Amino acid sequence: MRKRLFYVPYFLWIVLFVVIPLILIFMQSLTFDNGKSIFSNYQAFFSSGVYLKMTFNSFLFAFLITFFSLIISYPAAYFIANSKYDTFLILLIILPTWINLLLKAYAFIGIFSHDGSINYFLGLLGIAPQQLLFTNFSFIFVATYIEIPFMILPIYNSIKALDKTYIQASEDLGANKIQTFTKVVFPLTMNGVKTGIQTVFIPALSLFMLTRLIGGNRVITLGTAIEEHFLTTMNWSMGSTVGVILVFIMIAIILFTSKTKKNKVGVKNHE
Amino acid sequence: MSLLQLKNVTQVFDDEVVLKDIDIDIEKGKFYSILGPSGSGKTTMLRIISGFSKPTSGQVIFEGKDISNFPANKRNMNTVFQNYSLFPHLNVYENVAFGLALKKVDEKTISKKVAKVLQLVQLEHFEGRMIDELSGGQQQRVAIARAIVNEPEILLLDEPLSALDMKLRKNMQYELRQLQQELGITFIFVTHDQEEALAMSDEIIVMNDGIVQQSGSPVDIYDEPVNHFVANFIGESNIVDGQMLDDYQVKFVGKEFECADAGIPQNERVEVVIRPEDLDITTKDNGKLIVNVDSQSFRGDHFEIMAHDEDDNNWLIHSTNPAKESMGIGLFFEPEDIHVMRLNESEEDFDARLESYEE
Repeated sequence: MRKRLFYVPYFLWIVLFVVIPLILIFMQSLTFDNGKSIFSNYQAFFSSGVYLKMTFNSFLFAFLITFFSLIISYPAAYFIANSKYDTFLILLIILPTWINLLLKAYAFIGIFSHDGSINYFLGLLGIAPQQLLFTNFSFIFVATYIEIPFMILPIYNSIKALDKTYIQASEDLGANKIQTFTKVVFPLTMNGVKTGIQTVFIPALSLFMLTRLIGGNRVITLGTAIEEHFLTTMNWSMGSTVGVILVFIMIAIILFTSKTKKNKVGVKNHE
Repeated sequence: MSLLQLKNVTQVFDDEVVLKDIDIDIEKGKFYSILGPSGSGKTTMLRIISGFSKPTSGQVIFEGKDISNFPANKRNMNTVFQNYSLFPHLNVYENVAFGLALKKVDEKTISKKVAKVLQLVQLEHFEGRMIDELSGGQQQRVAIARAIVNEPEILLLDEPLSALDMKLRKNMQYELRQLQQELGITFIFVTHDQEEALAMSDEIIVMNDGIVQQSGSPVDIYDEPVNHFVANFIGESNIVDGQMLDDYQVKFVGKEFECADAGIPQNERVEVVIRPEDLDITTKDNGKLIVNVDSQSFRGDHFEIMAHDEDDNNWLIHSTNPAKESMGIGLFFEPEDIHVMRLNESEEDFDARLESYEE
């Protein structure tokens, strides 16, 4: 009985800061005008080319950010996990996450800006200053940089937890290093990859500060849309609608990536 | 011709000599056991044979070819690992087919071979099961199937039965032995369990301190252990100090006995081994040795009797009947039951000496 007492803070937290806000946002997104459908905001969302394009943009950017951080993080995590100094290296990876996001964003403004360090070096090579800031490239670059630690950590953990005898077994059965990696190591560290994708893709969907500071408001995602509706156009109802849709997209992604497959593929079942 | 040879193999890890100048010869189609306590170097030896470790010096010769520098995936051998190491993301069929699929064998042949080998290990209907849905004994069989489906020249088994319970273990011993005879593949079985080694092997290689102490058939090793370690490690032994008086004459516990050993310099200090089951209990008058019984315990198929003689040497006796008196019973044994061991005799010298007087 006493054990339940320990759950109280957790439940209070969940109810006050998760469940109630979600309900409020959902209520906010509904329309209670006479003569209008209660879901008219949703109808507006799905019939508007602008919103659908925004959704598509969000997905595209989130996908690219996740993709680039994955192809950088997996080899990095693999290298770190097999290194003698792995605890030190992983600390180096974690350190930047302790620095405030805003500070990092401003640092990149300094690096990418018209008079920034990159253009200075290009100047030394005799190349005219380039427009780096406020481009899709800079947005994806900075977002990827920020997300990489969150991708490396779960992958590193799953590689670290991998029983090395599986690798030996694979080599014993005739697999070379590449075959061992594709057929044994990568599939067995898939859970880390999935967790990494979840922790990167979902926040990347709703990034809004970076879109403004680095993307220069040229990159419009669902995150920016919500920000605009709440702070600029004061259309809280529509902002909430976008928010609710974003929540559903996230739930869908979590369900999709954490589906445990009891695979029996590639086999004729005689049972 | 021998199938596999280790020549002067030495392995050093961080200044610690794990294997010292190992020379072994493995013949085709036999069941070998590498037997030794933990830390004896037996697993290191297996890893050198399988290609997971490179020896510090020495050669591994396979079918006349030096394969010392071949990685594990280029050797015509497969291993059954101690913890099986079955791939948890694949089902039974995919696990067993793993090696064949790598060799680009066509799907049809694979499924035929997998079906056949699963039948051999009595897991016909388990193809679609995931590994975590199998019991320990079933995983064991899958591990064996996964290895032998590749038709290796040598199957290496790294203490594969140690995780199984007693009864299953005994069953698997018979099955492994049978499987080996059916397939005709050379088995090299690493174990610390002397009973297991005695029951299954054609040849046993006894290891201790990184040295091959003795190799030979189970009967040879049991009946004629080369030294104190082997006598003690394989089966149970009574070992007492003695003195060699002449060929076929040995003295221990202050008495002279006829024995079956020769070729040892006169009056040399030796150790005398008599197996507990070779000691027969008789009356004081008929006994060659007189001992006092300290304790008896019933072991199901025999009594284990602890006794001591007048020199305070302990004697362990296995007897089908309990000792009636605790004071002064006689022990009787034949000359052949006495085995004399020289101190610090190498296996080579031992074999040479045996040959010199045995026909």
